[in-house]
Amino acid sequence: MTDALQVELVAADRVVWSGGATMVIARTVDGDVGVLRGHAPVLSALTEAVVEITPEEGTEVIATVDGGFLSVANDRVSILSEHVLLAHEIDLSKAEVELEEARRLLGTNNDAEKRIRRAEARIRAVEKAS
Amino acid sequence: MAVSVRELRARIKSTESMKKITRAMELIAASRIIKAQQRANEAAPYARELTRAVSAVATYSNVDHPLTTEPEAPTRAAVLVVTSDRGLAGSYSSSVLKEAEGLVEKLKAEGKEVDLYVTGRKAEAFYKFRGRSVAQAWTGFSDRPDFDAAKEIGEKLIEVFVEGAEAEAAVAPGVDEVHVVYTRFITMMTQKPTAVRLLPLEVVEGTEAPAEGDVLPLYEFEPSAEAVLDSLLPQYVVSRIWFALLQAAASELAQRQKAMKSATDNADELIKKFTRVANQARQAGITQEISEIVGGVNALADAQAAND
Repeated sequence: MTDALQVELVAADRVVWSGGATMVIARTVDGDVGVLRGHAPVLSALTEAVVEITPEEGTEVIATVDGGFLSVANDRVSILSEHVLLAHEIDLSKAEVELEEARRLLGTNNDAEKRIRRAEARIRAVEKAS
Repeated sequence: MAVSVRELRARIKSTESMKKITRAMELIAASRIIKAQQRANEAAPYARELTRAVSAVATYSNVDHPLTTEPEAPTRAAVLVVTSDRGLAGSYSSSVLKEAEGLVEKLKAEGKEVDLYVTGRKAEAFYKFRGRSVAQAWTGFSDRPDFDAAKEIGEKLIEVFVEGAEAEAAVAPGVDEVHVVYTRFITMMTQKPTAVRLLPLEVVEGTEAPAEGDVLPLYEFEPSAEAVLDSLLPQYVVSRIWFALLQAAASELAQRQKAMKSATDNADELIKKFTRVANQARQAGITQEISEIVGGVNALADAQAAND
């Protein structure tokens, strides 16, 4: 336990996943970051994307976040987002429909880009998990 | 006999069916309240981490953010009143409204105009009945709020607040302060209507003195402290509203349970009372019938004796 990252993946209404992990990959607004043990304290804003957690044991945890934060300090990693979905909770067909719709709205609706990113992240998460 | 036995029976019956309803509502509230408490507990980690992050940013950077700056001369305030959609919860909604009225009075005494934002049909009806305008009302989720509702409310309030901070003479007047009135869930037995100021944010910098070794680490901010704060603070506000909604939901259910329990108890008492009166009336009827028969027999016997 002592030589692992303590990871908490927290949504607004529940703790989605928590436990020891060896690596966390998330996408901040500036690009992907990977967090290993001994990472410098950092607080960064995330974008709508896939988060990958490699736990100490068991299979990789793949989830999508809708924005939010990553904070790392003293080998404690917390990922906060309003909505977090684990790969197996994602409805792939719904995400594809959403992606189509958002693409059509692109240019007319300010939220379209965000929705595209969100839908793409969901599809990618399902692909990665399978 | 003022009321006939039949009428009393009918009353007992209607009280009994009323008791069934209140009893059912009591049980429903009791089972939902556990869920509501669970949800409040599940939301706690998010709020805790968010608070941690906000105080980390506030401690290590001197960033002025529109959401944290005190306006110099506040002239307009928004008050969000959290009430229930349905009644039959004792004094739940009225005590929140009373608290809200107190706050509005206070703000007006300080020379501020007050914009009302309400959730729950009870508050909507309250202000509509009194002919007072409500800036916006959200209804339909009071006993099981969802996060998107909190987000919508939060974004709206932030929007009007930012308008107030930016434009001095904006077309749509923004507000300089945002207050929330909701019911705090303390225990199953006590819930307290509470008014708090939401905006401008008072970032609590170590209200609990950090324990040794629990000093906040020196964070790096990506992309920058301002940018992080920019997206952190609105989320913090939304999470506070979410927290208020969850607390209010738990309180509403607790008060409904209490109110329904006393209604059930009262129905029990009424049934007991009515049964006694009905029995008495029945007994009186029987006594009267017997005395009539006895009287008749006596009269017959007397007549016969006279004939003989």
